[in-house]
Amino acid sequence: MKRRALILAASVVLLPPARATPEAMAAAIRSFTEGAPLREGKVQLDVAPLVDNGNTVPVTISVPGAPAAEVAALALFNERNPQSDVLRVDFGPRAATRSVSTRIRLATSQQLVAVARLGDGSCWAQRVEVVVTLAACIE
Amino acid sequence: MARTLITAPSGARRGETVTLRVLLQHPMESGYRVGADGRLLPRDIVRRFSCSWNGERVVAVELFPAIAANPYLEFSALALDSGTLDFVWEGDHGFQHREQRTISVT
Repeated sequence: MKRRALILAASVVLLPPARATPEAMAAAIRSFTEGAPLREGKVQLDVAPLVDNGNTVPVTISVPGAPAAEVAALALFNERNPQSDVLRVDFGPRAATRSVSTRIRLATSQQLVAVARLGDGSCWAQRVEVVVTLAACIE
Repeated sequence: MARTLITAPSGARRGETVTLRVLLQHPMESGYRVGADGRLLPRDIVRRFSCSWNGERVVAVELFPAIAANPYLEFSALALDSGTLDFVWEGDHGFQHREQRTISVT
């Protein structure tokens, strides 16, 4: 019984995470989620999977599943630009649908993570891999 | 003064969702690029944007160097009463720009 527990614990520690996200992005996401566990779902990140020009990439983040009043904030993170943060949006009492569109820069092919923080403190994420043909000149 | 392009309706019905689109002319120099003289170009970005309706917040946005030049944002607001929409951008080197639009709600 003891040995079984030990093997179980070791496998949890030694197995690499499902995705090798660089430490900086994980830290940036932690600062946004304020320690709440990140779950997959609810938030939707719309971005072209194949990006021709990394200098201006249209993205849309939305939360189609949850009632609008429940969503407190949205954020977008990237893996391989010099800085992990892209955008953070706080919604006020006058905001209607919880969605935001903008244009971003991508330095190379990488993973993007959209995170939504709900009013109850829970955090939801969607990860999207994008391939960039022409990179932005370093951000 | 920076140039802006703001798409906001002049009127709306009460309770309607109003889509707002704003674009600011700004280089968003990331601070990671090297200039013609081989030296790093100093960072010059817009760090914050906020929109309020009669003083009540619609959105407050934090921008980072990964936002493309001429930052564009699209979001929506709930039309509850007539009044003014305030758009404020703040950035590096004391950059500040403010725009207003009036909207009548029936």
